[in-house]
Amino acid sequence: MAKIFAVTIILIAIGSAIPILMHTWDMPQDISTHGPLIDEQYKDTMVEAGISFLASQFLLAFFIWKFSDPKPGAKIKRFPGGATGLVIAAFVLVGTEVLALGVFGAKAWASVYFAPPAANAIPVQVQSGQFAFYFRYPGPDGKFGPIHVDQINEATANFFGIDTTHDQDSKDDIVTAEMAIPVNREIHLLMHTKDIGHSFYVPELRVQQDFVPGLDLSVHFTATKIGKYEIVCTQLCGLGHYNMKAYLEVMSQEDYDNWIKQQAALQ
Amino acid sequence: MHDMSAHAVQHGAPTSFIRKHVFSLDHKVIGKQYYALALVAVFVGMVLSWIMRIHLGWGSFAIPGLHFLSKTGAPGDVMTPEYYLQLMTMHGTIMVFFVLTTAPFAAFGNFFLPIQVGAEDMPFPHFNMMSFWVTFVAFLVLVASFFVPEGPTLGGWTQYAPLSAVGSVAGPGQGLGVVLWASSIAIFCIGQLLGSLNFITTTLDMRTRGMSLMRLPLSAWAWFITSVMGLTAFAVLMPACILLILDHVAGTSFFVSSNEVINGQILPHSGGSTLLWQHLFWFFGHPEVYIAIVPGMGIVSHVLITNMRRPMLSHKVLIYSMGSLAVLSYMVYGHHMFVSGMNPYSSLAFSFPTLVITIPSAIIVLIWLGSLYGSKLRINAASLFALGFVSMFISGGVSGFFLAQPSIDIMLHATYFVVGHFHLVMGVAAMFGIFAGTYFWFPKMTGHMMNETLGKLHFWLSFVGAYCIFMPFHYLGIAGNVRRYQAFTDDYLIRLIPVHKFITIAALCTGFAQLIFLYNLIYSRFKGAPAPDNPWEGTSLEWSTATPPPHNNFGDKMPVVYHDPYQYSVEGATSDYIMQTSPERLVNPHEEK
Repeated sequence: MAKIFAVTIILIAIGSAIPILMHTWDMPQDISTHGPLIDEQYKDTMVEAGISFLASQFLLAFFIWKFSDPKPGAKIKRFPGGATGLVIAAFVLVGTEVLALGVFGAKAWASVYFAPPAANAIPVQVQSGQFAFYFRYPGPDGKFGPIHVDQINEATANFFGIDTTHDQDSKDDIVTAEMAIPVNREIHLLMHTKDIGHSFYVPELRVQQDFVPGLDLSVHFTATKIGKYEIVCTQLCGLGHYNMKAYLEVMSQEDYDNWIKQQAALQ
Repeated sequence: MHDMSAHAVQHGAPTSFIRKHVFSLDHKVIGKQYYALALVAVFVGMVLSWIMRIHLGWGSFAIPGLHFLSKTGAPGDVMTPEYYLQLMTMHGTIMVFFVLTTAPFAAFGNFFLPIQVGAEDMPFPHFNMMSFWVTFVAFLVLVASFFVPEGPTLGGWTQYAPLSAVGSVAGPGQGLGVVLWASSIAIFCIGQLLGSLNFITTTLDMRTRGMSLMRLPLSAWAWFITSVMGLTAFAVLMPACILLILDHVAGTSFFVSSNEVINGQILPHSGGSTLLWQHLFWFFGHPEVYIAIVPGMGIVSHVLITNMRRPMLSHKVLIYSMGSLAVLSYMVYGHHMFVSGMNPYSSLAFSFPTLVITIPSAIIVLIWLGSLYGSKLRINAASLFALGFVSMFISGGVSGFFLAQPSIDIMLHATYFVVGHFHLVMGVAAMFGIFAGTYFWFPKMTGHMMNETLGKLHFWLSFVGAYCIFMPFHYLGIAGNVRRYQAFTDDYLIRLIPVHKFITIAALCTGFAQLIFLYNLIYSRFKGAPAPDNPWEGTSLEWSTATPPPHNNFGDKMPVVYHDPYQYSVEGATSDYIMQTSPERLVNPHEEK
């Protein structure tokens, strides 16, 4: 039975690795300028984790095969180098591994969160609420008017609580249910939630950030490929959580200019 | 080490049924009570997971009789979105608190810690009795939420605020359901605090003559380390739950900020902090992962040593590594919050210890593997599950490399990758530890042997089945499958539905395999072959007393300990194993300097 067990472990280990090696269910293709660093970090980690996984499972299987049900009178043997050797191996091998991952991973993280958005980044505001996203563009003046929570009214489609009567900056603001951005232009996404916690996740864009009530957070990114992608909520927000989504359309600059004009006309 | 006369057990053998089997002060009965509670809880939790899995594979499938559970949650036996989330929340809560915490720690620890240290009982038997009954009440309070008008909370086992703090306005179950959830967990914390206090004191103050700390078996060390974690972690979760209840019933705003608008109404809260809940919860939550798994490490080490017929390569290194896990577990909790809106520099600060914690984990695995080398491994149901634990711990552990890094977490956070990771490393591995402990100690606990053939069948189905369920979770997560979705609408997740169907079939088959275990457990309890005092030829103190142990554990004479705990295959010894209580002088004992 021990030998069958050992073979089973090896088959499971190899079987688990095959979908990864064959890229059967891979990460969605990256469409961002910061994504390659994350993807590279992911691949390096997969190699290191994969080797650790396969080596450990194979050793486990081999030792079960070799040392189970010994003959009468068999004597125990000591692992070469004993515990000291293994502790040193863990510190050196795993320590080096995690240090490398930590240092290079920090670089990828810093590229997303530590670098400020470019001065010419296009500001877009996103507001989350049970169970929809809405987007706001500042219009020609480049400024967003303030949010008046007491004026938020879904029945009149005033999702952001905009007061166009009194706030000069709000007059040209453009509110949409879909997000459109030009390709190869940096976007500065300003995040606000009107009710509880939500999240903004676009797998292809390598962006995931929670909305936090009471905190105005932001992320910035540049999309490099024209197409239509889903924005989904990853923070459990209630019964409609699974259905809270919107679309991100990455367009050519010309198409984007036309789109924003059309949206302005609809306000 | 204690003066035995000073710590003589303060309660005689009970004579009435109630004091013997219900409100018992005997740690062994309390251990069995915890085990029974965990057994009921695990089957409830498993059935909930079946219902969820069927729904994920075949969303419109009517599960016969489901409307009996909730007419509004499952009209026509088809689940509503909110009811899926409610069952999911209950599944997670029941499994984490009432199974993974109670069985390996409270159940086995209660029964065997006092015996392994050589004590007649725990020092505070009334606290011990209270700890179980308080935990039982906590379970009833949680289950009661199934029967209140809106049903249980749908906020997930993490109960993130402000969804959990604003009341029914946020959705069904978010009013009374949350209050019952938070009350249940706060009560549960009291039980664990009382239990931890007893475990710590038993270990430090109740050891018999000759039982130095380093002579304690690894299982006893694991329970001791876990109890220190329990004392500190549950002491944080309990006030957090109380504050959450106050946000509901007293109009406070601990976790709700100003200007939140739901259903067109500005909520009457101001000044609270959403992230405060996450910090408090995960300060408990990450140590909780180790509260679930460290007892398993100790139990598996204990079972493996007995079946390898040798001690581990280093007793001390394993103890120090488990201790390191406990200390580091408080420093790593922020990796659950990389994309939460926490300061991004904090993410790097939490990432580093999260990566470092892989070192003691790797040391533990390498010591297990290095000790298997050159051993005389016996294969039985207990050792199979212990070896299965090692395999699962490796598989679940390596995915931690990904989740420890904030940059990769951007992709994998809140996906099935995380669900696969924690189910393998904390759920399945811990369950395998519980099974290893059950097959190993059942004879001592009941006086009967379990059926080995059924035990091995149970192992094979569980081992292969668990991999079939949880390895694909990782692939789903890599492909971007978000967790906590009750349906996959017309979107990028549609292509993943066949994987979900495969997982559902595997989950149902693996779940039914657990009925073999249940049958074996109940049948063996009454009809199993009589167990000898030391069926596995073990060396620690539980094997030197009668089966089952008498009320005061060791009869008229308290044991005296002469050796380190694992004297197997000692050169020149008269036997393959030398009991800790054997006065035989060993020329070459297994001892660490």
